[in-house]
Amino acid sequence: MTETTKTPAPDAMPTPPALRGLIPLPAAAARALLLAGGIATAASAFLAWTWTDEFPGDLTFNGYPGGLQWLTFTAGVLTALFALASYGVRGLGWLLPARNNAPLVLTALGGFTVTWFTVIAISVELGGVVNLEPGGWIAAIASLLPVLGAFALPQERTAADGTKETLKAYIAKPDRIPAPQATSGWVQRAVITAVTIIGLGVFTYGIDTEYGQLFVGYLFVVTFAMWAIHTAGLLDRFSALVAANRSFTLAMGFAAAIAFPFTQTDDHYANIGVNILIFGTVALGLNIVVGLAGLLDLGYVAFLGVGAYTAALVSGSEFSTISGVHLPFWASALAGAAASLVFGVLIGAPTLRLRGDYLAIVTLGFGEIFRIAVNNMDGDSGPDVTNGPNGIANIPDLNLLGFNFGQAHDIGGFTLGRFANYYLLMVLIMAIVVLVYTRAADSRIGRSWIAIREDETAATAMGINGFRVKLVAFALGAALAGLAGTVSAHVTYSVVPTPYQFAGSTPPNSAFLLAAVVLGGMGTVAGPLLGAALLYLLPEKLVFLQDKSLLAFGIALILLMRFRPEGIIANRRRQLEFHETGQLDVPKQTTLTDEPAVTKAGA
Amino acid sequence: MTTPVLEARGVTMRFGGLTAVRSVDFTVNAGEIVGLIGPNGAGKTTFFNCLTGLYVPTEGTVSYKGTVLPPKPHLVTQAGIARTFQNIRLFANMTVLENVLVGRHTRTKEGLWSALLRGPGFKKAERASEERAMELLEFIGLAHKRDHLARNLPYGEQRKLEIARAMASEPGLLLLDEPTAGMNPQETRATEELVFAIRDKGIAVLLIEHDMRFVFNLSDRVAVLVQGEKLVEGTSDVVQADERVIAAYLGEPFEGDPGEAEAAEVEAAEAAAEASPSTTSSTKGEAK
Repeated sequence: MTETTKTPAPDAMPTPPALRGLIPLPAAAARALLLAGGIATAASAFLAWTWTDEFPGDLTFNGYPGGLQWLTFTAGVLTALFALASYGVRGLGWLLPARNNAPLVLTALGGFTVTWFTVIAISVELGGVVNLEPGGWIAAIASLLPVLGAFALPQERTAADGTKETLKAYIAKPDRIPAPQATSGWVQRAVITAVTIIGLGVFTYGIDTEYGQLFVGYLFVVTFAMWAIHTAGLLDRFSALVAANRSFTLAMGFAAAIAFPFTQTDDHYANIGVNILIFGTVALGLNIVVGLAGLLDLGYVAFLGVGAYTAALVSGSEFSTISGVHLPFWASALAGAAASLVFGVLIGAPTLRLRGDYLAIVTLGFGEIFRIAVNNMDGDSGPDVTNGPNGIANIPDLNLLGFNFGQAHDIGGFTLGRFANYYLLMVLIMAIVVLVYTRAADSRIGRSWIAIREDETAATAMGINGFRVKLVAFALGAALAGLAGTVSAHVTYSVVPTPYQFAGSTPPNSAFLLAAVVLGGMGTVAGPLLGAALLYLLPEKLVFLQDKSLLAFGIALILLMRFRPEGIIANRRRQLEFHETGQLDVPKQTTLTDEPAVTKAGA
Repeated sequence: MTTPVLEARGVTMRFGGLTAVRSVDFTVNAGEIVGLIGPNGAGKTTFFNCLTGLYVPTEGTVSYKGTVLPPKPHLVTQAGIARTFQNIRLFANMTVLENVLVGRHTRTKEGLWSALLRGPGFKKAERASEERAMELLEFIGLAHKRDHLARNLPYGEQRKLEIARAMASEPGLLLLDEPTAGMNPQETRATEELVFAIRDKGIAVLLIEHDMRFVFNLSDRVAVLVQGEKLVEGTSDVVQADERVIAAYLGEPFEGDPGEAEAAEVEAAEAAAEASPSTTSSTKGEAK
């Protein structure tokens, strides 16, 4: 659908000769500098940057890149590729559909940032620039060249408004991107498959990063590369492909998710994977409440807790107060979801009569009530249900149809450890939650949630029973969180009250869940999952930040909300809202006639 | 023409000490277009909100086709009264089609389970809803913009879309709150035709309006609300000729007008001044 609105424009390539870059260089020289700089950056990754292997990743080899050097290499290659594409090299045209310079600038900046970050990190960590080998200096200079070249390129004035600020014009996405040529179905599917494989590779690399510096460098490269791809217009084209092959993409996504544990040799990373999945699934459940129905729930993690505690109580653990009961997993999963649903209705019924801020405060209170109540139900200050702060330990591993989740299994030559088993179970649960989410969202009830979010008064005037519909959203969200909670109880061996709080430095807690939804993109499926992955990995990988990790996290959130308020993955509504042209909120194209312009019919 | 669609009896709305609507009796018959006019602050919109259940009237009852309506907006809509708002209240970030589909809410049944299981019944109902919604969009002339966001429509089309959304609930009575506010003469004329077309579909229409030509052209009957009370009700001619209505809008020349004496005095003084110009000049000199 998107490409039809972006009609091919003959003036898509603005080449007024008067435009010069920030750095006075002829455009041809600038372009050459970019290409040469990109190649040099990639090549410099093969040199030794430091003399000792004390800096993690061992950057001491000539002829073979290690650790962060791989990232520099990738960024250099990307810069060179985009530079070649901007020369119009045959076969690379698809890289730059918009024929703009922004991707060049961004990839150059990406290479520059990751290289200089590495060089500075080496100097700081080993105590002085003397620890840099000549290779390090060469890399620093080589990565600076494409940046110089990029800023010497004439900046684009996106035809519509010439008022863009100088620097912003370098990294802006053009308003018009030529429509792609029609491709056959199997080409589209091949592209989606390739992107999925690359995506899995990139994602796996991020999870497997062994030390904080590598993860930071990885974030730099991925951010700049994605941004470059976005400004090049490739993301728009890809989302058009996805829209055309929705079920195929979904299948590929799940195939990639299932493939993940098979790429891992260390069960520790499968552990990260399963925790991300639990966190992401709960975030997706919260997305129904926050993203669709627009109810700000600050105590949502309590439902995860209800599910986890229910599963722990019926797991047959010797510490459970009803230890005689040992339900099979399907029953305990249903019990967990049902218990959460009941709690959702109990909490929702009195609170959902409130709106906006009041609702947020009351849900925050109920979330805390859950944690404090669980903390006190230890037989001393309350009935003996949850063992208080000690929690329920020694939760036995699941056993489904003779498949013991606690043991490693060999499947087709791959060894799947304990966490990998749970990971695969979580993929299944996530599939259920994704299915529930998408089906609920695209239906009468989903529309009434969105209507309630948009304007509650108008929605009730359209015959929607606001309270009832909101209660359904609340209860459904709670049940999904409870379902995820039942698995999380088994994964972590024990349940204790502490993680189920409003805010903390590690996920999951209500604040992090909400942040995952908002950061990733409200009202989308992929958004909360991506947000959850990011928010789980950041504290996990950046242990060297220690107590400053929350500060860094806060700064990152503020920056993201300032520059991309719709979240990393914008939902279709938001996209239309911000990017559909020829409409009232884009004054330059408004037609003043009474007759609607027929040419817009395709939109 | 004789069965009342809407019957309001003794509707009174008080906000604390302020009585916004005072014991208004009001009926709308099937197939009628009724106008409700009155100066600003007369309580027209408050009365509307009482009719549609947004406000719970302090006293009085509202009944639709003989059954008394509970004061809950969604139940009122379910019963068959749909409305638009004075300041447009579309679901701005939903598409045009989705807006109309939301209007279909009361006439469809599919709940959460049906949405999750996606049986044949669900698909059939969704398709039927969409067809009906598209018919309505054709009717108001917005079918070609079905996938645009409501917020991106021009003002006049937003008004039309709001009417289509209200009509999607298959009402027997449509309440329009200032449907031509902010429209240019051509758009107003188009709206006029639209309202007639809606009436021809068998839907009674009650409208609040400030554009007098529009109201008197359209309405079979016009009621005038002044300071919360119904002043007059009747055909356009009756209402237009009524002095109390003119007075309510323009203010009335009341008897024993103190201005009359003053005017006579001024006239007399002028006459005197003309008669003796010398006096006038001398007074001028004194003034200096």
